[in-house]
Amino acid sequence: MMVVANGNLRVDLRLIADMVEPGGRVLDVGCGDGTLLAWLGKHKNVDGRGIELSMAGVSAAVAQGLSVIQGDADTDLKDYPTGAFDTVILSQTLQATYAPRTVLANMLRIGRRAIVSFPNFGHWRVRLGLALGGRMPVTDTLAYEWYDTPNIHFCTIRDFLVLCRELGITVERGIALDRDGRVLPFAGDGRRANLLAAQGLFELSRSV
Amino acid sequence: MTVQEPPGAASDHTPGGHTVELGRDRPIRLDCGVELTSVTVAYQTYGRLNADRSNAILMCHALTGDHYVADPHPITGKPGWWSEVVGPGLVFDTDRFFIICSNVLGGCMGTTGPKDVNPATGKPWGQTFPVITIGDMVQVQARLLDHLGIGQLFCVVGGSMGGMQVLDWCASYPERVFAAIPIATAARHSAQNIAFHEVGRQAIIADPDWMGGNYLDHGIRPHRGLAVARMAAHITYLSETALHRKFGRNLQDRDVVSYGFGADFQVESYLRHQGSTFVDRFDANSYLYITRAMDYFDLAAEHGGQLANAFRGTRTRFCVVSFSSDWLFPTQESRAVVHALNAVAANVSFVEIQTDKGHDAFLLDEPEFHATLTGFLEGAAEHRGLGRREGGAS
Repeated sequence: MMVVANGNLRVDLRLIADMVEPGGRVLDVGCGDGTLLAWLGKHKNVDGRGIELSMAGVSAAVAQGLSVIQGDADTDLKDYPTGAFDTVILSQTLQATYAPRTVLANMLRIGRRAIVSFPNFGHWRVRLGLALGGRMPVTDTLAYEWYDTPNIHFCTIRDFLVLCRELGITVERGIALDRDGRVLPFAGDGRRANLLAAQGLFELSRSV
Repeated sequence: MTVQEPPGAASDHTPGGHTVELGRDRPIRLDCGVELTSVTVAYQTYGRLNADRSNAILMCHALTGDHYVADPHPITGKPGWWSEVVGPGLVFDTDRFFIICSNVLGGCMGTTGPKDVNPATGKPWGQTFPVITIGDMVQVQARLLDHLGIGQLFCVVGGSMGGMQVLDWCASYPERVFAAIPIATAARHSAQNIAFHEVGRQAIIADPDWMGGNYLDHGIRPHRGLAVARMAAHITYLSETALHRKFGRNLQDRDVVSYGFGADFQVESYLRHQGSTFVDRFDANSYLYITRAMDYFDLAAEHGGQLANAFRGTRTRFCVVSFSSDWLFPTQESRAVVHALNAVAANVSFVEIQTDKGHDAFLLDEPEFHATLTGFLEGAAEHRGLGRREGGAS
């Protein structure tokens, strides 16, 4: 994914980092080599944990002293006790899970809040590519051919908001990002963002 | 602050190791109910204990291992079982950490076991030695640490049966373990593993030279049975891929098969060699007792059937490691431990190392494995206030 670097953290990660409260317990699902966790540990004093699918990612993360387990969102969230974390992060991974609904529900069970980012399948380029080209779209944020994509559950920003409503999840904040990682205005029911955003980033909380 | 050096603890490394007698003042009560009033423990140390005694690492050896971690073995002359990773500047850096490894209770390399003389009878224990458990081994190690004046270990690490001891340490003495590295292990011995152990034990018992366990009284040893037990077990430590890569169907010192039952194949010759060299360094009764201890190990059963209960409230930092081609202690066993640790929100890292070397991978040169260990130790050392590694290599 192409995002302009800002400091030493990717822009989308920086936006996520800004949403994390200092000093809390954080679980980063799909944490890669632990870049975000390391940053949060250093700058926000969080007690961070991670889950990552690849051995290389886990190994790199553990090698910088982070607590990361090899696993995935579909199988490894269910064991955590309710309320174990202040914040659970899922960055650019929701669309690659087998059961996004269960994953989302689990995130807000084990965490008080969740931060989720995903590529927006409602982006006008995607719509245009499919409508006019008649082929599955390949874009900066969806950079795979249909036959080799790890992304098996695409959604649009509006689809996501509907699911959150169904699960009784409160959307505390939404941020829409364009292709270059610039923040777009996000207002109302998100129809405009759904057309213009290449990815969406949401801060969620459990409705009591 | 000056610190009284405990006997042996801070002394420089001596290749032969140390021994201490425990239990005289306070008997060691075993899980089976028997109390031992005199247990000799043979142990080895590497590096130096620091002033506040916070840099000690306990290494727990596997079924047929011993305390010669990084010294040449006194009988075989081969390098210590973990000399790849223990030494100055290595993963377990002896310039930084004080490393302790003791021969387990029931062993045959200096710690009290069935081949030793029962003080009550003046004859070797043999089959009158009490049946021991992993928990008993750990209890004796804890007594050794008391003797050495070490309250909390910086880390407990071990693979296979050593990993079982690590898990038992974390459940039995959570406040004494700052960090734990259970490798290629399980919280309970599986039915398949008990089955393999039973094959080995029956091979020993079926050897007429076993003499009902009293072979030492007759000045003989059940070499053949023990060798077969070792051969069967050795297969389980490897993987099909590794065996095939090493031997394939290659013939041993011949061009055609012999139409007989000699060692036609290299793999047969290799196993026979493994069996015959093993009997020189291991006691058959020890093999029976230690395999039994592994069979009995079931940490969940000891905690109301819930593995998570074994770790409730733990503050230990865990690094669980498995190997993809290990079919003796497959990754799912490590995952069960990780899931239990997650259930109590423990601080845990877990990695499955991709390798085709099977269970024995934990003893071999696996760079990714070693990098993970180094990183984990580095992070834990920083949290323990032991500072960063000199030179910054990690």
